[in-house]
Amino acid sequence: MNEKPELQMPLEPERYELSAPPTYHFEIDRREWFKFLGAGLLVVCVSKSVAAAQESGGSRPAPGEALPKEIGAWLHLGENGVVTVYTGKVEMGQNIRTSLSQGVAEELHVPMGKIQMVMGDTQLTPFDRGTFGSLTTPTMNLQLRKVAAAARNLLVDLAAAQWKVDRQRLVAADGKISDPGTKRSVEYGILVKGQQLTQTVPAEEALAPATQWTVAGQPLPKVDGRDFVTGKHKYPSDQKLPEMLYGKIVRPSSFNATLVSLDTHEAEQMPGVTVVHDGNFVGVAAPSSVIASRAAAAIKTEWKSEAQPSNKDLFEYLKKNVTEGGDPTGAPTRYDAGSVEQALASAEHRLQQTYTVSYIAHTPLEPRAALAQWSGDHLTVWTGTQRPFGVRSELAAAFRIPEENVRVLMPDTGSGYGGKHTGDAAVEAARLARSAKRPVKVVWTREEEFTWAYFRPAGVIEVASGMQKDGTITAWEFHNYNSGAAGIRTHYDIANQRIAFHAARTPLRQGSYRGLAATANHFARETHMDELAHVVKMDPLEFRLKNAKDARLRDVYQAAAKKFGWGKAKSGAGQGFGVAGGSEKGGYVATCVEVAVDRASGEVKIVRVVTAFECGAVVNPDGLRNQIEGANIMGLGGALFEAVEFENGRILNGLMSLYRVPRFRDIPPVESVMLDRKDLPSMGAGETPMMGVAPAIGNAIFDATGVRLRSLPLVPNGLKLD
Amino acid sequence: MAKMQINVNGSSRTVEAEAEASLLSVLREQLDLTGTRYGCGEGQCGACTVLIDGKARRSCLTPAAAAANKQITTIEGLAQGEHLHPLQEAFLAEGAMQCAYCTSGMIMSGVSLLNSNSNPSEAEIVRFMEGNICRCGTHPRIVAAIRRAASALKESGR
Repeated sequence: MNEKPELQMPLEPERYELSAPPTYHFEIDRREWFKFLGAGLLVVCVSKSVAAAQESGGSRPAPGEALPKEIGAWLHLGENGVVTVYTGKVEMGQNIRTSLSQGVAEELHVPMGKIQMVMGDTQLTPFDRGTFGSLTTPTMNLQLRKVAAAARNLLVDLAAAQWKVDRQRLVAADGKISDPGTKRSVEYGILVKGQQLTQTVPAEEALAPATQWTVAGQPLPKVDGRDFVTGKHKYPSDQKLPEMLYGKIVRPSSFNATLVSLDTHEAEQMPGVTVVHDGNFVGVAAPSSVIASRAAAAIKTEWKSEAQPSNKDLFEYLKKNVTEGGDPTGAPTRYDAGSVEQALASAEHRLQQTYTVSYIAHTPLEPRAALAQWSGDHLTVWTGTQRPFGVRSELAAAFRIPEENVRVLMPDTGSGYGGKHTGDAAVEAARLARSAKRPVKVVWTREEEFTWAYFRPAGVIEVASGMQKDGTITAWEFHNYNSGAAGIRTHYDIANQRIAFHAARTPLRQGSYRGLAATANHFARETHMDELAHVVKMDPLEFRLKNAKDARLRDVYQAAAKKFGWGKAKSGAGQGFGVAGGSEKGGYVATCVEVAVDRASGEVKIVRVVTAFECGAVVNPDGLRNQIEGANIMGLGGALFEAVEFENGRILNGLMSLYRVPRFRDIPPVESVMLDRKDLPSMGAGETPMMGVAPAIGNAIFDATGVRLRSLPLVPNGLKLD
Repeated sequence: MAKMQINVNGSSRTVEAEAEASLLSVLREQLDLTGTRYGCGEGQCGACTVLIDGKARRSCLTPAAAAANKQITTIEGLAQGEHLHPLQEAFLAEGAMQCAYCTSGMIMSGVSLLNSNSNPSEAEIVRFMEGNICRCGTHPRIVAAIRRAASALKESGR
């Protein structure tokens, strides 16, 4: 077997998603819907299979018929001309409230100001697995555009019927249908007045090609930006209800600890304080956060736990604790092509190296927070989560109530980066609220966020490769222990490959992080590529291009190199240039970095970052540029200095003063080059632009000093030179 | 629990605060001024920044009692009616936010800087803003917004 490996690999389902079965609860009657929404036009987008079944039996539901269950999104046009869009996706800074609105405005031909988005409310929006994996743009944006296009067509039909003219002569623009022949026009809202119209969108609806976009493709500002610069926006941690109490959890002394003894006497004497003890859960609810903290501190607890691994033994531990069964998601964990043994044996150069990545913390600036309210056995929770429907399942399971009894709302939250997939704070607030018989809000402290959330998995990656003297790579063996299978495949053309992910028992709770393991896998792969280039004394960029056939990958490399001025001579001691790139989640990235290393002090300064990125047709150039810049800047932290330190079940650096994240002085100029491919579908951009920065920095440090770094973070304490 | 007067955004408010209550908790829980955010509780991230007598202060570390009889400005008090402060306008113009959770603190720190230095260089901005964390990585846009606001203030002669 010598054929080119398939480039498309299924997206790795996130580990924490597996517990969320796609349950649909949408039994509501069509007339009920209009009672709730008001008269007008309702357009829903259904999954392909359902659409097909419906087409065979007539594409529109009969009056009174329940709407189909497998719904992705829906849109309502009211008599006042306001378009309300319902999606289970959530906003946490990636700017989809704006970009999705642009898609709808584009197809429905309405001004942006007429569109409002209802997002991530399990009672009002369709089921959604969660906002992760860079999937909003390729999936939800497409669904909403189809819904909007269908709505526009229906409105044209309505006007044509009303005026008894051919629909072809009518124009939909700016929220109106007009007839250029007679110069009459009617607003959308007037057209649907007093009506209860429904339309399901079948398999395919013709969409405007990106070359004809007028609203999509534009650098529109954040739709509700004013609410943020005035402080008006209410994040999950800002939510408040009458009679609300403040919750505080008494945490165990270490991970995996069991409560041995408890004395709550003093706390229970405090006025207005409710103490809750349920198994290992100990917490309080109090009239203010100050009293809640005081009460929690007054509770005496004793915990016991077994000895646990520490970060100094981490990588050895992961290698020794490989588990059977591969990736817990069931995602492909192994890929083979050709014969690696033969290719290695006959290679003119062979190289074998090990790379490691540390645990890092998401550190969203808004920590986990939830406000819970019970009404009988019905529960409503406002919380910051990327998976409102998953959190609904968690709550239903925790309290043994049907999911129908639980409503989860997600006010736009203060970022997530893959770190807000679980409902811990929601469960805690709900447990306290049940005993206190009042609404309770729980906002984690920064220390709790650093300790009791979950981390980006640490990992060990072993690479063995073989190549010919001319720089053609012939063998590629790549083993990832624990960090994950995302981005594990090489996008270079190598005939003989063995690539495998090995799950391991892990000392810390771990989960999704922006880009998943693609950051780790790109780091190992692109560092190794650099090492190979050095062996055959080839320019690192030329070496990559020699081994890459994929035109989109070559394009981003060349674009980044051009902007960066790759190939120029060094102008001083300590200066170094590095390049790295790759492809993940449908996007292509290449990053060039310049560093300056002070050999005396060991200080590594990032002088300049240039990242070229291509993700198909660009929906919002400014939003995309913001994501590219942001991903590169966030990536600097994991590349240079972020690492979670732990010992025997305790986090040692779980404070903002102890865990270093990038600050203003760390930030170099970040230039982005966006390759707008209007001929290709739009893909997500929240994650992939981050992939190149860490290996490019490591490669630049090698270029500057000859020191090869194979562990992330690269220089937590500066560069140690002999 | 002690009663005290707090002068916030131009009006005097009476609050009752525990001895260990921070200004942040009083603003958020008693005065519903939730635009001032909690980020770390140890003065490391700047999300809770307010102006006390015109200077940037971390409200999470400021005891409420220490703020009595001083002029406090929070993000909610920055605009004059419908007219945004030039730095608020500049944040919008530069798109200097993603999740925007840091934005209140960034703007309050930036206003404090502009109060004392009407034309800060990029290096001065970076030095002054060092105590404010943005996790989304919008730092270059925040620097650009502060420079833009400085120009706008100069032009308007404020």
